[in-house]
Amino acid sequence: MNLAITLLVAVALASIVGTVLQQNQPYGDYLMKFGPYWFEVFRALDLYDVYSAPWFLAIFTLLVVSTSACVIRNAPSMLREMFTYRSRVGENEIRAMREHVEWPHLPMSVEAAAIEGRRVLMDEGFKFKETRVKEGYLFSARKGSLQRLGYILTHVAIVVICIGGILDSRIWLSYQEFFGNLKVETRSIPLSQVPEESKVPATNPGFRGNVNVPEGSQSSVLFLNVRDGYVVQQLPFDVEVTDFRIEHYINGMPKSYESDLVVHDPKYPDKTVKATIAVNKPLIYKGYAIYQASFGDGGSRMQFNSWQLMGASAGTSQPVAGAVFQDMPFTVGDAKYTLELNDFRMFNINPVPDEHGKIQEKNFGPSVVFRMRDAAGQAREYENYMIPVVMEGRPVFISGMRDQVGGVMRFLYIPADRDNKMDTFMDFYHRLHDSVLIDQAVMSMLAEVNPEAAKLPAASDAIRSMVEKFVRGGYDAIGSDLEARVPKDQLERAFETSARVLQTVLSRMYVTMMEDRGVKDVGGEKDERFLADSVAAINAMVFYGAPIYLQMVSFEQIQASGLQITKSPGKNVVYFGSMLLIFGVFMLFYIHPRRTWILVRESERGARVLFATTSHRKTLDMAKASRLMHEAMVAKFGMEPTKAGLE
Amino acid sequence: MSANTNVLNSASGLPPLAKSAGRLADVFWLLVVIGVGLGGLFGFNGRMDVYEVSILIGAVAALAAVGWYWRGIRGLSIAVAALTAIALWRYGVHFGDQLSVGREALAAVQGKDFFLKFLVSSQSAIMWMSALYVGAAFTYFLALLTRTEYIGKIATALVWSATAFGLAGLFARWRESYLINVDYGHIPVSNLYEVFILFSVVTALIYLFYEGRFKTRALGGFVMLVISAAVGFLLWYTFDRGANVIQPLVPALNSYWMKIHVPANFVGYGAFAIAAMIGVAYLIKLKLGGDGERDMLPKLEVMDDLMYKSIALGFGFFTVATILGAMWAAEAWGGYWSWDPKETWALIVWLNYAAWLHLRLTKGWRGAPMAWWSVIGLFVTTFAFLGVNMFLSGLHSYGTL
Repeated sequence: MNLAITLLVAVALASIVGTVLQQNQPYGDYLMKFGPYWFEVFRALDLYDVYSAPWFLAIFTLLVVSTSACVIRNAPSMLREMFTYRSRVGENEIRAMREHVEWPHLPMSVEAAAIEGRRVLMDEGFKFKETRVKEGYLFSARKGSLQRLGYILTHVAIVVICIGGILDSRIWLSYQEFFGNLKVETRSIPLSQVPEESKVPATNPGFRGNVNVPEGSQSSVLFLNVRDGYVVQQLPFDVEVTDFRIEHYINGMPKSYESDLVVHDPKYPDKTVKATIAVNKPLIYKGYAIYQASFGDGGSRMQFNSWQLMGASAGTSQPVAGAVFQDMPFTVGDAKYTLELNDFRMFNINPVPDEHGKIQEKNFGPSVVFRMRDAAGQAREYENYMIPVVMEGRPVFISGMRDQVGGVMRFLYIPADRDNKMDTFMDFYHRLHDSVLIDQAVMSMLAEVNPEAAKLPAASDAIRSMVEKFVRGGYDAIGSDLEARVPKDQLERAFETSARVLQTVLSRMYVTMMEDRGVKDVGGEKDERFLADSVAAINAMVFYGAPIYLQMVSFEQIQASGLQITKSPGKNVVYFGSMLLIFGVFMLFYIHPRRTWILVRESERGARVLFATTSHRKTLDMAKASRLMHEAMVAKFGMEPTKAGLE
Repeated sequence: MSANTNVLNSASGLPPLAKSAGRLADVFWLLVVIGVGLGGLFGFNGRMDVYEVSILIGAVAALAAVGWYWRGIRGLSIAVAALTAIALWRYGVHFGDQLSVGREALAAVQGKDFFLKFLVSSQSAIMWMSALYVGAAFTYFLALLTRTEYIGKIATALVWSATAFGLAGLFARWRESYLINVDYGHIPVSNLYEVFILFSVVTALIYLFYEGRFKTRALGGFVMLVISAAVGFLLWYTFDRGANVIQPLVPALNSYWMKIHVPANFVGYGAFAIAAMIGVAYLIKLKLGGDGERDMLPKLEVMDDLMYKSIALGFGFFTVATILGAMWAAEAWGGYWSWDPKETWALIVWLNYAAWLHLRLTKGWRGAPMAWWSVIGLFVTTFAFLGVNMFLSGLHSYGTL
């Protein structure tokens, strides 16, 4: 029994490990987290999948064996106890019991006393056996014997539940892998290239795996994650997803995820099963349960404007088409890049402070997530929103960028123009890459402000180069240029002057552009804002690090439903065990077992009665019950006992 | 010879007339509960599926049974029904037959209607509950220190009132969730804010049962301490985090299982919390010299027994709750057991108390070590309840701080 308690505590402590260290993550994450040394140590200890680790299963097995041993050892005698009366108890034995009382002289016949005694037992709900003994009767009684059954049920239940759990575990898979019949695949390759030795036949007795099925497609396999890889579980049928839907509450939170499924079973070619599954509403098909587990993109198709951000053609665009999961190589100048489209998101609910400063949930609309990988393999991740989002009263195109996996996103806000388009900004950006246009603006400004200086080529060159520095490197570039040329104490003033000059040039170029674009009444607050936002955006381009800006213009969403399919032969075993456990626990605690003996014998003046009660469960309730029974007998016999072992 | 003190049939010691009046009251109770249950069944007919109908029938049967044996429940039920009825009446007056009116309209009415503003809107009722539980804690300790039975009775009354307000607050919140938006409507046991109210109420009820049955008013202050802590958390959660705002259910929680899994769990948590607080009282008494002539606290033996009873009750319900949770998981997550942190910690809690019960029942351990263990058990339970949500990530992340 000490062993049992030790094992209970050991299982508990071992279980903690797996909750502290997140289980079954990609091994790369663990390596990053712990470094190469501890990564190996933890791997050797199976800490990344504790609950399948041999050492964990060993402790569990020990618990099951020890519990079984307890049951096997104790159950026969307990069962015997449950159905027997201890009628071979002698007078001295009764007297030896701690809680006994005796009436040595009752003024009534033995039979009358026996009747009273029997009545007390019946009133208290005892089952009893009446035995004739020398000069009298012995009533051997029991009550609450089923409590012993509670013990047996709880312990059997633990064993049954564990057996059910083993039936559903991956023991069969481990066995196949151990004998080399199965090889875990760790490469990320298309299904068609997965070798046969990494495929599990449909005869696998129990499994639990996942698969993403795009709308309009079907799958006859599942992926079972094993450590840092997976194996492919074959199914005896095909699951087709015809539609996947997300319903939303009015505040934008998801309300339900649903898939319309068609199950094609080659065994029953003319009987396809159609069903709609949702979270909490799985489809059970011939012992296979199909769950709505997740969702993702199934290869949405999109049209883009690809805006050049560098070189002479900066600010011009070409149409591009692509689909999620597609990799598209392209070149900008001599540099080769790969555009990897990763995801399309229909809804982007983000918390945004409203005009009162209160945080409101707001839908930013569709977005595309992609990576831009350069020739060296370095990649940055971007998320571009299709529709301008109103920020601080102005509509802006938002693009998020991060240069590290899981890093913080930085944002580029490109102001949208009067038509809610990006064209005006891009036109402006384009002009800023045209030194002729810059020159014109500089010259016209100088001619107005300082006609003398306008004649000096050095002045206009300096200003033009400053504008070009800003366009390529933002304010930082101007700052570092000044730092190199200007004494420290004049730096601040020089910077302010430069900024003012820059502002004037940009402003002139903006006005010219607007006139060229045929826009009237330029110069209001709106234009000032637009210009300021554009300047801020150009300044932010420095960190953006992409040669193009990908503006989504249209899309066709194709979703994928994440299905989890399980075959669980042990489930009903576990449920049966659970039922036993519940019955057992309540029987164990709420049935109070007691045994009572009443011995009635002849005495010189009538009858003498010996009464004792006992329980293997010593609680205050037991003591109280004995006292009550003793009182009931006093009431029946009309006198107190002379000897009381009761407290 | 002492009087028959069997509390289970407390009517048996009464004179015949009172006895038959008592029996009449019992029957009346049954009729009222069944009548209300049938009213609910037909009143909401068509809006409930077969599971919800079964749960309603089960709940009515359970309430009838508990009230049959424990009369205190009857008064409480009437108080809760009355408070809830006032809330429903006021909402009815303002909104008529409208099924839902939106958050703003609801808030406007709650701000101007006298009854709603000061008494029975869920937020007001829960504030009353909070104040009354904390007040009860002080009153119990005052009764303990002054050894005044009358003050103790006031404390008990405060706990009953607080419980009535807590339950009425939950019922009002249930209605309010529908008033905000029919789609949002759900039983208020879906997030940390709501289950903290449930925890307070359930713990108080279990304690009140023990107090009535085992005359342990001296322990009231200790139990109210743990409830006051829950109330403190609730207030911080409300005013600092705005957690009292009613949100719609995430799809995983949208299931009839929630209605049975969560309450069953909180009977377990509540009973474990009481056991731990009795453990504290036990250890304090032991430190002060144990049983004596002029004891403030119950006899050590009594507290030890009560600790066992509490843990046994908690263990039984926790077993049921965990199994229900596994069955729900089989339907929502695709497997009855996923070694998710919450599941694993439920197992750890279960193993911990299983070991406690083993030591007591088979080894006969009693006294200080078991009291210490039951106090430590509360920390383990609290981690399973709160810590998992705060520190560990998993499937079961319905409450975050």
